[in-house]
This record gives sequence, structure tokens and C-alpha cells, in this order.
Amino acid sequence: MSLATESGRDRARARNGWLLSLPALVLLIVGASGPLLIVVTYSFLKPGEYSGVIWEFSGQAWFQVLFQRDIFDGTLGWADAHLTIFWRSVRLSLLTTAITFAAGLPTAWFIAMQPPDRRAMWLFLITIPFWTNLLIRTFAIMEVIRNEGILNSALMGLGLIDRPVQILYTDTAILIGMAYVYLPLMVLPLYAAIDRFDLRLMEAGYDLYASRMRVLRRIILPIIRPGIVAGSILVFVPSLGAYVTPRLLGGGKNMMIGNFIELQFGQGRNWPLGSALSMVLLAVVMIALLVYVRVAARGDVVR
Amino acid sequence: MGQRSDGERNVSEPAAVEARDTVKTFGAGEQAVRALDRVSLTIRRGEFFTLLGPSGCGKTTLLRLIAGFESPTAGAILIGGRDVTAEPPNRRPVNTVFQSYALFPHLTVAQNVGFGLEMLGRPMAEVRATVERMLALVKLEAMAGRRPQQLSGGQQQRVALARALAPAPQVLLLDEPLSALDLKLRKEMQGELKRLQHETGITFVFVTHDQEEALTMSDRIGVMSAGRLLQVGPPREIYNRPVNRFVADFIGESNFLPGRVERGAVRLGSGDLVSVPGLPPEGTAVTIAVRPEQVRIGAAGEPGTIAATLTDAVYFGTDTHCHLALADGAEVVARLQSPPSGEIGLAPGARVGLRFAEGAVQVLGD
Ligand SMILES: Nc1ncnc2c1ncn2[C@@H]1O[C@H](COP(=O)(O)OP(=O)(O)OP(=O)(O)O)[C@@H](O)[C@H]1O
Ligand SMILES: [Mg+2]
Repeated sequence: MSLATESGRDRARARNGWLLSLPALVLLIVGASGPLLIVVTYSFLKPGEYSGVIWEFSGQAWFQVLFQRDIFDGTLGWADAHLTIFWRSVRLSLLTTAITFAAGLPTAWFIAMQPPDRRAMWLFLITIPFWTNLLIRTFAIMEVIRNEGILNSALMGLGLIDRPVQILYTDTAILIGMAYVYLPLMVLPLYAAIDRFDLRLMEAGYDLYASRMRVLRRIILPIIRPGIVAGSILVFVPSLGAYVTPRLLGGGKNMMIGNFIELQFGQGRNWPLGSALSMVLLAVVMIALLVYVRVAARGDVVR
Repeated sequence: MGQRSDGERNVSEPAAVEARDTVKTFGAGEQAVRALDRVSLTIRRGEFFTLLGPSGCGKTTLLRLIAGFESPTAGAILIGGRDVTAEPPNRRPVNTVFQSYALFPHLTVAQNVGFGLEMLGRPMAEVRATVERMLALVKLEAMAGRRPQQLSGGQQQRVALARALAPAPQVLLLDEPLSALDLKLRKEMQGELKRLQHETGITFVFVTHDQEEALTMSDRIGVMSAGRLLQVGPPREIYNRPVNRFVADFIGESNFLPGRVERGAVRLGSGDLVSVPGLPPEGTAVTIAVRPEQVRIGAAGEPGTIAATLTDAVYFGTDTHCHLALADGAEVVARLQSPPSGEIGLAPGARVGLRFAEGAVQVLGD
């Protein structure tokens, strides 16, 4: 076959490929970039009186994300409430990631060590909560942790406490809820990484005088790192934008970014601020993903 | 490592490895597999000891018991005279070269080699110096910064070797380390292993199911079958004085001829008498074994020979294998050195007289 026809055919194939992916591309551009553009645009407009926007350029919303002017003397100050919400969101998301990792690693390890014909069953059990509506699951958690709930009744029944412990409507409640909801997202990539891990490397480690702890830290964790990073991202990103869980378990006061954004489009009647906050959230997620790409690429060389 | 004094090796010195009535059973109840059956073994210091046997006979299991990856169902393991049966692998002064190499994929070649010393808490300077020395020993200085997956099979094998040698273990365990290599590289590495063993003076326990490898490399060989240790001895002894039919058959080729002790000799099925020293009492049924290269072919009817008929001659280059039938049809194979012409001058159907070389006939029990 001559080179000319070869490259000609390649070009034709490439063109056909483009044509075939055109519908998907159009859908992506319209479906993803469109709304994004709207949000960016709205963040630079003025809020309408009751809702919506007034078509007039303004940097006010972006200013409001971080700063506020005192109502009485007009001095400039940090928007403490916003910063508190940001910080709570990041902190709770990081904690959720840490908790799901601590609980997910032994779980994933356990599943990977099962005989192959039984692993599918365990993985299915792990994913079962996914098939149930999130609201229902969250209400179930409320039933467990509320003051007259199962947990407090049991603890009081055992005489360990004499007054109910307030868990519901605290950050702890949000943490419990998010860790429960996102645990499968941590377990699955960890399982995939451990499943690929060559157990003989552990024996090699022991043989070379490493203790169990050191085998874990120096051999297992570095090698399954791509799974750790993937699981962390899969948990961290949706945690950061979580809405239902903090709304129900945190009550009205303990807001996370998702709830705060919703507030701007509802009672707050400040669509531009909501849009700007959405962009901030997106930026944080993008940064997290960039870190992931970096670390995962490094992990690839290793593997 | 080189600093271990090789000079004073005496009888009272504890054995490098000792297995005492070791039993290993996998599973329980109906499906229980007895991988090792009351194996007792003493491996001397500085020795190149080979475990040889067919697949599934328990070689790897015995090695894993010595390394500490499995614990024996019964019996004890001693290393350098110390009972280590209850010790985990990271507290035993032995290192393993794994069949799959098991190199750490996330570490460089140098980091792999230095891993053991680092875990032992040696100072960084010492680790670096030893790693350099080890890489020089296996001729991989140029590869120090590479990852294992960027190396060829033979290079990976050498890294595994250097990694296991670096902490200067009392005993090095090697589980079929050459089986993944092609023939040429395999021969090269055989020589390399012998050289390393010689230079370091470390006791090597080597597992293989390749009898030629075992014969050429070992100081002593332990032949295993179905979880039992059948015979332990130097290569010549294993080859020339096999204790039973299994060993004779597994190591090299042998002609087996059944017979009965009669008048201080063995009466074969063909009616011929073969004189062998040290026979059991009159009338006992025995089997004699003769290596093909110890069978001589002479003219038919020569006194003291066994009458046979040539059925086939197969040319192997250096050798020609002659298949012969005795009077009762029993087959004997003779291995002759091929003459310069390549023709042995005998056609199938030719009548010949066989003789067994002096001292070449073995009488086997079962
Ligand atoms: N973990 C295990 N569980 C159950 N049976 C096992 C286990 N390990 C080994 N066995 C059995 O024990 C016997 C000896 O196995 P071993 O691996 O020691 O053989 P080997 O001599 O090394 O064979 P090969 O030359 O094929 O490597 C075999 O019958 C094997 O099936
Ligand atoms: Mg084996």
C-alpha cells in the first residue's frame, strides 16, 4: 500500500470521526458552555428588585463574595459570613474525604481479598444505597441521630448518657451524612487499585525487614495512590457542592456553599451574587481536579 | 557481606538451615493437602543447596517455611542454630529472590536494592555505598536510576538478586529464579549465580525443576517428590547412586529391568544373568537400573554379553540413541557417541551383544 493512499485514508477516517462526534460536541457545547456563559454573564449584572437581574454591568457581586460595606458607617470589611461558609464547606469536605478514606481502605481491602466469585456480591452490597433516593436515606439518618432517635435512645437505655446528645443540626451530623452518602465513591476506586496490586510485593517487603506498618506506608499506599487520589476527588468534589445533606442535617444555620448559593437565588434575591459564588465553587473544583491530574500523572510513571 | 570469614568451617558450627520433621498441610478435612510430609533437612553454611523435584512436590512450600511466609503445621525451622519457627519473615536473617522477582514498581533500581538496608535502619551513607557495590556486582551500575519496568527480564532478575543480597543475609532463598529467562540468558545467569555465591560466601538454597541446572550448579541436591525428601547428596551421588526408581528416573535417563536374585546375580526376564555386588537375599524381586551412556554394544554372541536386537537408532548430533530389544522384548536404550561419519554402522534388525559398564548397574528397592 502506498504512503499517499495510506495518509489519505487516515485523513478520511479522521474526518469521519469528527462528523460522527459532531452531535455529541454540539450537545456538550450547548449543554455545558451555554449555562456556564449565562452564569458568568449574570455574575457581572445587577440584582433585580424581586428576583432576576437588571441588564447593567456591575462588579458588585464579585466584590460581595469577599467584602462587605458596613450598613452604618460604610467602612469596608471582610464578608465574614461568606468566609465562614467557605471555610466550613472546605473543612467538612476534607474531613468527609478523610473519613471515607479511613473507612473505605479496610473495606476495599477486605473485598479485594475475597475469593473472586464473591467480590461481585460485596461490591453490589456497597452500591445498594445508590439505588435508594438520597432524601429517603438522609431522613433515615435523621431518624438515627435525632434526640429521640435510635442512637440516643440506645445510649440512654444503656445508661451511658442521661441526656440526649445533640447531633442533629450540627456539623457532626453533616459529616456523618456526607461520609455515609459518599463512602461508595471512595471504596470503588480503592478496590480497583487494590485489585491490581500484586500481593507478592507485600511478601517482598516483609522479606526485606519491613514491619507491617512500613509495608503499608512504603509499599501499599504509594502503589495504590492513583486509586486514593481518584476516590478522594470523587468524594471531595460532590461534598463541596453538597446541598441536600447539609440542608436537612445541618438545619438552616449550618450552611455550606451549595445552600448559600441556593439562598441567593431564593430568599436572598441576589442572582448575581449566587452566580459569582457558583463560579468560585467551580474554580475550587477545577483546582482540585488539576491537583488530581498532576498527582495521577506522576502515579502513571510509577505504574 | 564479603567480610564473613569462610576459613573456619567445622562440624560444631550450627547449620545454616535446619528443618526438623516439618509438616505442612493446606486446608482442612476432606480437601486437606499435605504439601510437606515430615521433611528433615540440614543445609550447611556456605553451601549451594538445590531443591529439585517435579511440579507440586512442595519445593516452594519448603522455601516459604524457611522464609517465614508460612508456618509449619508441625516441626521446627532453625536458621543458624536459632529456632525461628515463631518468627515473622522480617525478623529472619534470610532474603528471597522471588520467581516473579516482585520488584517494587514505584521505586528505582537503586531504591529497590537499598530497601532492605533502609528497613534495617542502616545509615544513609552505608546504604548508598552498599547499593553501589551490589549494582557493580550484578553489573547494573548504569541502570541505578531506572524503574524496574524499564528493564529487560534478565536485568530485572539481577536487580532482584542484588536486592536480596544487599542486606547480607545468612541464607539466600531462590525460587526458580531462572525459569522466566530464555536458554542463553539462563546459562549466563547460572554462571553468574555461582560466581556471586562464591564471592559472597552466602548459603544459597535454590529451587528448580531442571535437573541439568541442579547437577551443574549445586554442592548438594535434595530430591523431593509428593511432599517428601527422597534423597540428599552431592550431584554425583544423586546421579550415580539414586536411592530409588523415582530419583533414578527423575535425574537423567535410566533403563529399568526387573529381575530376581539368583546365585549372587540378577536373573533378568530375558533369562540373562547380570552380576551386581551387594545384592539382597536369594529369590528377592529387584529392579536394576543402568544409565544409557553406560550400555556398551558389541558383537552378537560375545561371551558375557546379553543378546539384543537393534530396533531403532536416533541421531542426536553428538550422541546416537540406540533402542534395543532383549530376548523377552524388554527395551534398553544405549547412548553412543556419534562417529565422525554420523553412521553407527548398524541397521535396525541387527543382532548385537550388550554389556553394562563396570559398577554402572544399580539395584533399586521400589
Ligand atoms: N496456599 C495453598 N493452599 C492450598 N494448597 C497449596 C497452597 N500452596 C501450595 N499448595 C499445594 O501444595 C503442594 C506443593 O506446592 P508447592 O508450591 O510447594 O509446589 P512446587 O514444588 O513449588 O511446585 P512448582 O514446581 O510447580 O512450583 C501442591 O499440591 C499445591 O497445590
Ligand atoms: Mg514452586
